[in-house]
Amino acid sequence: MDIVSILAESTRSAFGPIAAIYALAAIGLNLHFGYTGLLNFGQVGFMLVGAYGVGISVAVFDLPLPVGFAVGLLCALVLALLLGIPTLRLRADYLAITTIAAAEVIRLVYRAGFAEPLTGGVYGLQNLADGFRVLNPFDGGERYGVGALSYNGNHMWVLVVTWGLVALMCGLVWMLMHSPWGRVIKGIREDEDAVRSLGKNVFAYKMQILVLGGLIGALAGCMLAVYQASIQPDQFKPQVTFFLWVILLLGGAGRVFGPVLGAMAFWFLMNFTDGLLRGMGSMGWFPFLQGPDYGAIQLAFVGVLLVVLIVFRPQGLIGDRKEMLINVK
Amino acid sequence: MSSEATNSSAGVEADRMAGAEPVPGSGKSDPILVADGVRRSFGGLTAVDVEHLEVQRGTITALIGPNGAGKSTLFNLLTGFDRVDRGTWTFEGVGINGRPGHRVARAGMVRTFQLTKALTRMTVLDNMLLGAQGQVGERMAGAFLRNVWAGQERANTRRALELLERFKLIDKRDEMAGALSGGQRKLLEMARALMTDPSMIMLDEPMAGVNPALVQSLLEHITSLRDEGKTVLFVEHDMDVIMGISDWIVVLAQGRVIAEGRPSDIRSNQQVIDAYLGAQEDDSAEARGSGDD
Ligand SMILES: Nc1ncnc2c1ncn2[C@@H]1O[C@H](COP(=O)(O)OP(=O)(O)OP(=O)(O)O)[C@@H](O)[C@H]1O
Ligand SMILES: [Mg+2]
Repeated sequence: MDIVSILAESTRSAFGPIAAIYALAAIGLNLHFGYTGLLNFGQVGFMLVGAYGVGISVAVFDLPLPVGFAVGLLCALVLALLLGIPTLRLRADYLAITTIAAAEVIRLVYRAGFAEPLTGGVYGLQNLADGFRVLNPFDGGERYGVGALSYNGNHMWVLVVTWGLVALMCGLVWMLMHSPWGRVIKGIREDEDAVRSLGKNVFAYKMQILVLGGLIGALAGCMLAVYQASIQPDQFKPQVTFFLWVILLLGGAGRVFGPVLGAMAFWFLMNFTDGLLRGMGSMGWFPFLQGPDYGAIQLAFVGVLLVVLIVFRPQGLIGDRKEMLINVK
Repeated sequence: MSSEATNSSAGVEADRMAGAEPVPGSGKSDPILVADGVRRSFGGLTAVDVEHLEVQRGTITALIGPNGAGKSTLFNLLTGFDRVDRGTWTFEGVGINGRPGHRVARAGMVRTFQLTKALTRMTVLDNMLLGAQGQVGERMAGAFLRNVWAGQERANTRRALELLERFKLIDKRDEMAGALSGGQRKLLEMARALMTDPSMIMLDEPMAGVNPALVQSLLEHITSLRDEGKTVLFVEHDMDVIMGISDWIVVLAQGRVIAEGRPSDIRSNQQVIDAYLGAQEDDSAEARGSGDD
């Protein structure tokens, strides 16, 4: 077992395109939950409509990539309105139930036989990245970066754009949350009725935040389509949403950089535990484990690490413990 | 505050109420709030059933009644935080029944809650600033125009600090509201409601849990609000407080208005004594005797 190469590989993934995409989606979730207290358990649904907006526009209708992005974002807007209008006036749990169900229903519809002409059914859609790679200033055949932190040209391009979007969105969130608008949003997290009694239209604010966070989730989905150059419906299972929640809680909810640090730490841990377990397996430590078992054990292992984190650092990596404890009493 | 022709001359309570009859549902000369046939039931229980109620502008009106009489429910209904089964009401001559809570507040009728609602994970100053109306920076697009809202923010902050000073919370301005004591939260909630610059303020048990020394200064605040021309409607259980500062008292029992009148009318009203005051009346009469002059 080569611990150095496992560490190197884990670090590489912490800065890689997938970590950036998850960071982006988690920024949307942070707007929902971290700042506003909206329980969105279907963030993957927004990623899915974003990814398929790109996929269907590019692969089926042969439209340029920017149109695909626009379609993806538009679908997310419609989805947010459909989810929000009936539920945002009700208690918080209704949004939670609705989002988790809606995300799963959308996945099942997109993979269904009748949708196949548009979505490619269970096989999904391919050849989605040409429009993106045309713009690539890097050489697809070369490797870029230093030492362990090197990526091929195409991935480097996705990586730069996605981290760029992450930085942009962090700036956006920072500006919004340091404005009177953000103050109303945080007030809603604390007590809706109090904010309403001060003349603020709570429903409208919640709708705005649901749409904004959903759009950022869809943007992450668009980047996923571009990164993989293909999409399948079964990538958008509920576990993606739960990974995003883990990322948010790990990094620190209600903090601008929480989702970013969370995503990097999460993918580092995922790859590190995976590498470690397989390394130990190859040394014959786990004779009872077959190939596919490692995945399950690894997830359990990550779960244990998270439990430890939540016990000893409930506010996440960069959360404010003082602020957190105030709400407990 | 001087000016206000209607108030400066009104030195005594008789003038403020301008000849209103001490009977349930009596008409007032200059009502700011008029409610008609307001009814709300929870399952089989009729919590509120008010035939007619008028609140005189520029007065302190107390709403009293035993526990479960429907006082808080009536507050919730009038301020758009609960829906009536039937009934209409007007505020400043405009029908506002059916309006959601935030629009009632914008119209100038602002309420506080019996169970205090401090926004715990925000600073005291941020709590106050949330009360300010018409903020450009509270619109999503406006949030990005920092130089447009910065000036407004400074003016609001100045006003917030003045209010905090008045309510003796100035030293706490940068602390989390969750770190305040129960009584301090009551004060904060009242100051925050005033930050909206309402024409009528409805306080649901503002003195509950506030220490006696502070009650005195709260009472002064409430009196000075009236003297500034605002209308105050408040729910309270402490008879000394009620008799001491109210211009008018409305007694609610089982959802109905059973009596209305000046403190002197209510004290001697047999129906009220039976329904609510009972033995308490004797105590407060004594307290008054020693307290006056
Ligand atoms: N949401 C609700 N669901 C069912 N019943 C309710 C609800 N809210 C109030 N009630 C009932 O309505 C009646 C009036 O309640 P309300 O809170 O208005 O009383 P109150 O006069 O404010 O009493 P207190 O002096 O104790 O605050 C009570 O009998 C109460 O049980
Ligand atoms: Mg009550």
